[in-house]
Amino acid sequence: MGDWKTVTVPVLSSDSKNIFQYTSEKKISPPSMNSQVLRLPLPSSKSMHNFFSAFCTEENIEQSISYLDRELTTLGFPSIYAECKGKELNLISIINCMNELLVLQHKNLRAQEEVEMQHLKLGSDMDHLQNCYAKLKEQLELSKREIIGLQERDRQLQSKNRNLHQLLKNEKDEVQKLQNIISSRATQYNHDMKRKEREYNKLKERLHQLVMNKKDKKIAMEVLNYVGRADGKRGAWRTDKTEARNEEEMYKVLLSDYEQRQKQLLLENAELKKVLQQMKKEIISLLPPQKQKPKERSEDGPVLSDLEEDIGELNKENMWELSCETVREQLTNSIRKQWRMLKNHVEKLDNQVSRVHSGALNDKDVISREDHELETEKLELEIQQCKEMIKTQQQLLQQQLMSPCDDDTTLLLQDCYLLEERERLQEEWRLFREQKKNFEKERRSFTEAAIRLGLERKAFEEDRGAWLKQQFLSMSTDYKMSADYKHSENVTTPSAFLGTSDQDNRLVNSTSRQRKPHWMLSGPISAEPCQTSQYISRNSSNAALKKSAGDSKPNQWEESDEEE
Amino acid sequence: MDFSELFKLSGLLGRFSPDGKCLASCVQYRLVVRDASSLQLLQLYTCLDQIQYIEWSSDSLFILCAMYKRGIVQVWSLEQPDWHCKIDEGSAGLVASCWSPDGRHILNTTEFHLRITVWSLCTKSVSYIKYPKACQQGIAFTKDGRYVAVAERRDCKDFVSLFVCSNWQLLRHFDTETQDLFGIEWAPNGCVLAVWDTCLEYKILLYSLDGRLLSTYQAYEWSLGIKSIAWSPSSQFLAIGSYDEKVRILNHVTWKKITEFDHPATIANTKTIVYKEVEKSPSVETERLSFPPTRALSSSIFSTQSKYDISQLPVSFQYIKPVADRANPKMGIGMLAFSPDNCFLATKNDNIPNAVWIWDIQKLKLFVVLEQLCAIQFFQWDPRQPRLAVCTGNSKVYLWSPAGCVSVQVPMEGDFQIVSLCWHPSGDSMALLSKDNFCVCYLEREEV
Repeated sequence: MGDWKTVTVPVLSSDSKNIFQYTSEKKISPPSMNSQVLRLPLPSSKSMHNFFSAFCTEENIEQSISYLDRELTTLGFPSIYAECKGKELNLISIINCMNELLVLQHKNLRAQEEVEMQHLKLGSDMDHLQNCYAKLKEQLELSKREIIGLQERDRQLQSKNRNLHQLLKNEKDEVQKLQNIISSRATQYNHDMKRKEREYNKLKERLHQLVMNKKDKKIAMEVLNYVGRADGKRGAWRTDKTEARNEEEMYKVLLSDYEQRQKQLLLENAELKKVLQQMKKEIISLLPPQKQKPKERSEDGPVLSDLEEDIGELNKENMWELSCETVREQLTNSIRKQWRMLKNHVEKLDNQVSRVHSGALNDKDVISREDHELETEKLELEIQQCKEMIKTQQQLLQQQLMSPCDDDTTLLLQDCYLLEERERLQEEWRLFREQKKNFEKERRSFTEAAIRLGLERKAFEEDRGAWLKQQFLSMSTDYKMSADYKHSENVTTPSAFLGTSDQDNRLVNSTSRQRKPHWMLSGPISAEPCQTSQYISRNSSNAALKKSAGDSKPNQWEESDEEE
Repeated sequence: MDFSELFKLSGLLGRFSPDGKCLASCVQYRLVVRDASSLQLLQLYTCLDQIQYIEWSSDSLFILCAMYKRGIVQVWSLEQPDWHCKIDEGSAGLVASCWSPDGRHILNTTEFHLRITVWSLCTKSVSYIKYPKACQQGIAFTKDGRYVAVAERRDCKDFVSLFVCSNWQLLRHFDTETQDLFGIEWAPNGCVLAVWDTCLEYKILLYSLDGRLLSTYQAYEWSLGIKSIAWSPSSQFLAIGSYDEKVRILNHVTWKKITEFDHPATIANTKTIVYKEVEKSPSVETERLSFPPTRALSSSIFSTQSKYDISQLPVSFQYIKPVADRANPKMGIGMLAFSPDNCFLATKNDNIPNAVWIWDIQKLKLFVVLEQLCAIQFFQWDPRQPRLAVCTGNSKVYLWSPAGCVSVQVPMEGDFQIVSLCWHPSGDSMALLSKDNFCVCYLEREEV
């Protein structure tokens, strides 16, 4: 095994060609034992030869085989000798062993690669770490140096500070000393001054005495005549009463002054209180509604309710009675609290604004703000339009609803509208009446026609009866008589215009033509204006005269019917 | 704007009468009374000595003339020119003299402030007030003339006595917590008395009419303190000008400081308007002012025109740091005045002597700064409207109102250096006083 190892290590670190050669060499050696093994081409290199000859030569085949066998068995492979045969080799086991060895070799190679990879990795990691370490060491050095420098500076500054403190203390001490000197000198001077003053007073007294004693007649007042007092009153004696009066007057003066000042202060106070109340209300209105987020402002919640209570209280009370301290304090405290809240609120808003400006918000918010702005613009436009519409509507509405006594032009306009409407109405009425007349006319014509028809039928029946009678009577008479009669019928029709038999003829005409369409019926009727009018005029001339010129014929018809 | 001619004057003693009808002026020992509108001579009185002080009585009927050297006060009547009155203090001497508000008593302060003598013109009575305080403003009358506060000092302590002016009875007498009382002043409503301490101590005390201490205010210790104070016409504000170049305003309700007005050498606030006086090249044609041209022609040779330019901010002023080893240094707020409508406060910082600072009281902010070419000598508000007249020792008078400001050259021949001015009670005219002369300037109603 030792030989094995010393040989394998250089082989491993060098190229694998040797390994292959080596493995191939293993394969080669059995073929010399067994003829069934395939022959592998030998690599032509001198080392191989050396290798080949290094281990097994023709002389030590047996030994090498036994050595191999031993090695294999120690490695845990089965023996290459055939069982109980001694020198005979078990080819299968040899091949198996070889395979196993190859597999093992592969495995080892792989492991080796992995290990090499890891080794490389570790090497690079190690390098990296070494670099880092070196850098950190440098940094550490630098920072240590900095620290030392700063410490040094700190020490210097502290020493300077101490020096300055010391100087300050010295100066203070000096000042104190000087002040003491001054005060002592001042007391000394005062003392001296007092002494000198006393001396001076003594001199003055002496002088005064001398002056008084001299009875200087010159100390006098020469006046031509005494002048009256400025206020016209006479002089009064000095009595206790006057003293009391003086006191009284003095106190009156003082009191009036104090009263005046107090009045002014009260007025000022009241004004300031009013202003404070107003401010409080305004601040409350400015503050955002806090009841929505009670959890955030747990402190301010009760405060707000307190404030509301305060407001209620203070509003209920009369302002002029708010003079006691506690109420005043309440008011000022409540205003302070509110002001603080307002300040916080404003600060928050400021922060928000600043954040927005600094762009700390993410894109979504920014875009949403732009959207928001667009939307607001849109909404504003909409609002504008709506407003304009409303305005115009209002204007129109106003115009419509405005009372007639407002304006001449509107009156005229209204009149015009009314006239228009009236005319339209009149037109419609006219049309309506026309139609009505037409219908009436038609109805009448129908009834007339029906009456005529009835009459004609009656007449016809009578005629028929008469004719039958005649016929019967004149059975013997000629056939041509009947033909003449027929002719006379036809002939008489044109001549039916004149004479009293018009009606009958007309009735006959109508009966003969009654099957014709309605308009035809009306046609001949209207085609005979002159005789109808004559007819009417005969019957009811008054009615025709009554009618105005503008009326149409159906009216005549109508009237005539009515008259009848 | 019309200017009268120059009249002689001495001692800057030119005063309008309270009723506005007359103008009294002194020339050495003569008292000249003129009509206020026409300047016609009405009366001429001759006193015994050079007049040092004149004062009109409140009813404009009498004028007192005080001659300190002789210790004499002479009173003249306008109604009766023959009437005369002479008060001789004799060896007691005289350092101050003033009228009482009723116009019938004269308060004379004797030399060394030994006493104040109250001389009555109606009766023969004389009153004495002992131990008056020797300070700048030791006597203060209320505006309505009822009470007078007198500062006293006894046994090295300060006191204030209140007297009723009608009968000179002592009303109150109380001590003040001051080291060395410097001045007292009543509020215009007559109910509060401001008492302030010497400049070595910043302290102002406010007393009520009945003698109670209402409040004390002390801005700081040890540095030089109050230099000047002014009450606002409504008594709402008390302006205190101090040596630290600041004006502190106290309010009448709490008597606490409501604001501080600083007077820095550089102004950067863009809301302030700074009017800078610049000289125009002298020429006759470019007259921007509407006074009669005849006078201007004659005087234009000697005087240079000036006008106001609006300066671009920031502006730096000429800052003067006074010598440290002198007493009463020229620093701090030396002049304070409220406008009559209570809207403006005019101040002068002695460190910046060329500027007048006008503050808007309604907004409590600096409104306007007038930067002049020369140091401000005097300014005074118009008694009726918010109009400020300023003089700087040259022959120009400067007027400012919220509408703008104008520089007016007084058309006088020769030198006329206006050092002081005095408004007429109606605000229609003002007297411009120089060392030796005065003239009266008549303003039109629509002017400025």
